[in-house]
Amino acid sequence: MKLRTFAYSLNEAIKNLWRNGLMSVASVSSVMATLVILGIIFVLVININSFVDGAQTQFDEITVYLNDEVAAVEISQIQSQISSIIGVKEVRYESKDDAMRNWRESWGEEGYLLEGLSENPLPNAFIIRLRKLEDTESVVKILSSYNGIEEVTFYKEIIDKVLSTSAFIRNLGFALIAALIAISTFIITNTIKLAVNARRKEINIMKYVGATNWFIRWPFLLEGTLLGCIGALIASGIVYLIYKYFYNYFTTQFFVLIASYFVPVDAIMSDLVVIFVVLGAGIGALGSLHAMKKHLNV
Amino acid sequence: MIEMYNVSKHYPNGVTALDNIHITIEKGEFIFLVGQSGAGKSTFMKLLLKEEDPSEGEIRIDGQDVTRLHRRRIPYLRRKMGVVFQDFRLLPNKTVYENVAYAMEILSAKPKEIRQEVPMILSMVGLSDKARHYPNQLSGGEQQRVSIARAMINNPPLLIADEPTGNLDPDTSWEIMKILRQINRRGTTILMATHDKEIVNTMRRRVVTLEQGRIVRDHDKGGYEHEA
Repeated sequence: MKLRTFAYSLNEAIKNLWRNGLMSVASVSSVMATLVILGIIFVLVININSFVDGAQTQFDEITVYLNDEVAAVEISQIQSQISSIIGVKEVRYESKDDAMRNWRESWGEEGYLLEGLSENPLPNAFIIRLRKLEDTESVVKILSSYNGIEEVTFYKEIIDKVLSTSAFIRNLGFALIAALIAISTFIITNTIKLAVNARRKEINIMKYVGATNWFIRWPFLLEGTLLGCIGALIASGIVYLIYKYFYNYFTTQFFVLIASYFVPVDAIMSDLVVIFVVLGAGIGALGSLHAMKKHLNV
Repeated sequence: MIEMYNVSKHYPNGVTALDNIHITIEKGEFIFLVGQSGAGKSTFMKLLLKEEDPSEGEIRIDGQDVTRLHRRRIPYLRRKMGVVFQDFRLLPNKTVYENVAYAMEILSAKPKEIRQEVPMILSMVGLSDKARHYPNQLSGGEQQRVSIARAMINNPPLLIADEPTGNLDPDTSWEIMKILRQINRRGTTILMATHDKEIVNTMRRRVVTLEQGRIVRDHDKGGYEHEA
């Protein structure tokens, strides 16, 4: 395409946007409305995910108790072995003395009662943190195969529950978002189709005057893209304001602990704006191309 | 300019709109195509615009066989002819100036040329003072003059007019005919389909009469005689 034709097309697109006032407003509104709904669901899903991830960090601990016969040299060997297992984030050694001290501290005032023990019944242990909760089973299996290990404990039932709930929520969220994207596409293309239909005579006339299909398409295409972008930007603004309001409300009214699981507004918005503009512009452009198809065959 | 050899057009519903048409139109002619509604005038025009293809036969425009023209080449064929319709077919969102300029834009003409040519042709059709108006602010005669200006801006060798005076009162019709005659004098071939007996009889040009899809009369300097 020649630069002059492009400049002409862009100029036409902007002019038509303005001159078809009501239809443009209708198209922008439909893009905006569907994207606002999509955005709200998106923000909800992201936050629920973040809560689930947060909950996971409470249960990503595996404790490995060692036999008392294991010598100090072997202990450090085992430690380096454990830290090389895939999925292990960190390994901390807790000797039986450390464990006793912790125990005593946790009993507080009554701690003196433990002094009656003739010997320390607690085993030496490794406390392992995992990168991902999903890796628990495989790590436990490897640990159990080591020599000198008395017992491996972890939050089996809770982990299973957390994993299945988070998978459910994630899938539901994605399904919801996918469905909404499909619905948005449908609504936006239909509005654009109406707008293009209203101008089918125009397209016919252009064909009679001898315009090539692409010469006719470009202004419509750019117009659709612009409509989509404008709708997307307005929708981003609205979602931003809504989310910011609720974010501030929750983070100031509730415990800081819970609040820390909310995804910061700016972190979400940068992604959301990109998604919106791509969706809006893409659907706008493809929608107008599709809507024009049958009118161009004259 | 236009040659048709044994051209027929049958529609899927069984109607034969044109039946074995054979005609040659020379460069520079001014020719009227007359006949009652349903005689085949519209189909004749549609074939020339390549809006439809003939069922049989061959059509040549400016020496080029258009029956075998690829769809993508249709726009380039249409640039060889100006077209004027009964219902004007102006772009409603564009001003008079922009409507005429559009025909130049599609050829990617230089903005400077557009700024020179458009006012010239608008003054030729007497609409210099309405350049900034939109079509719905103009009378029928004015709209038709805009559409003639648009048809002629690129100086095509052929002007096709489908009942250009069909929606106009007699006085306005004559204004349009004067402009067409002027265009024809400068060498443009004009083919005009019409119902207007008075215009045909007064102009004394070649008249081709269609009846039930056949050419029943073809007279030089003829009159409108389909009732005879």
